[in-house]
Amino acid sequence: MNFIIGNINYIGAMVLFVIGLYTVLTHPNLIKKIIGINIMETSIFLFFVSIGYVQGARAPLVDPGNGGQLLVNPLPSAMILTGIVVALSVSAFALSLVVRLHQLYGTIELDEIIKIRSVETDD
Amino acid sequence: MDDLFVRVITKMILPFIQLYGLYVIIHGHLSPGGAFSGGAIYASSLVLYTLAYGLEKGQKRLSHNTSAIFESGGILFFIFFGILGIVLGHSFLTNRQAGFSMGNLGQVLSGGLIPVVTFVLGIKVMSTVVTLFHNMLEEER
Amino acid sequence: MKWDKIFTIVLLGALLFVLVASIGELPPMGAPDSPSYNETTRYYVEEGTRDTGSTNLIASIITDYRAFDTLGEATVLFTGIAGVAALLGVAHHNPKEKEEEENHG
Repeated sequence: MNFIIGNINYIGAMVLFVIGLYTVLTHPNLIKKIIGINIMETSIFLFFVSIGYVQGARAPLVDPGNGGQLLVNPLPSAMILTGIVVALSVSAFALSLVVRLHQLYGTIELDEIIKIRSVETDD
Repeated sequence: MDDLFVRVITKMILPFIQLYGLYVIIHGHLSPGGAFSGGAIYASSLVLYTLAYGLEKGQKRLSHNTSAIFESGGILFFIFFGILGIVLGHSFLTNRQAGFSMGNLGQVLSGGLIPVVTFVLGIKVMSTVVTLFHNMLEEER
Repeated sequence: MKWDKIFTIVLLGALLFVLVASIGELPPMGAPDSPSYNETTRYYVEEGTRDTGSTNLIASIITDYRAFDTLGEATVLFTGIAGVAALLGVAHHNPKEKEEEENHG
């Protein structure tokens, strides 16, 4: 029980990862797959940032009055800032691809797109 | 959306959102925030304006030419400050060793290169998010 | 009929069990002597304000110590918006060129 409460951040990140993976694998709608990819990325951000936590420490903003305090590790947060922006760009590009697919095939369900494409190549 | 209530409330609350976004960008080296979150807050005000008043008026606020200038100018400004470090005799993108003025600790105008770079990156992020939104709406015509 | 979903759920449950069981190998969360708090972090925490002159340590990391990564990330933002504009772009017709074509043709 102490194990679950002490590492609740890591367990939450892994549960979110498995939920996102289930969403990508199961639903045939393309936009739900993109939402599943976003959930997986969020879980990895949570896992990475909570590695740098130190118990009983303050946020990494130095107070010029009294020095020598215990601060949280600032390095994983700085790395994740870049990762969040990359995730935004990938989601935007994937959504614009879905708009083009809808213009070409008329539907955004993956089963029907595969059916239309297999009928086209048989002739 | 042709709702009168949404339009009146948007017109009243828009300057406060923009002021808060600019505050987070400018105080990036003193309090939590920085370029990326401040740029996103600033961009959400323009997205709210487009949602309430329609695409025509929204594109007059941030046209294609203006967003092109903001985006390209942001990266070129960054590289210009880096090459300024090379011209003054040190490596690329140095701050204190290249002789930029440091100022007093804890004030807004301190830290040499940091407030300028933060401001330019914040404007760039704002222009990116608003251009994304306008491109996805423009396609319906 | 529903065997696909049951098979997927069982497989993902096994994956979740393996992931949670490997948390026990990690050092406990929040320990002040964890291996991720090494000499680099100690240098940033102690000498950060003296080197850069800003009290926000994360801003001093991403714009002074590791400013090259921020340049790469600005490039990624620009490439993303260029890709979206290339796919969903609106072709701006120049009305003068169209009139010249109609007059010549």
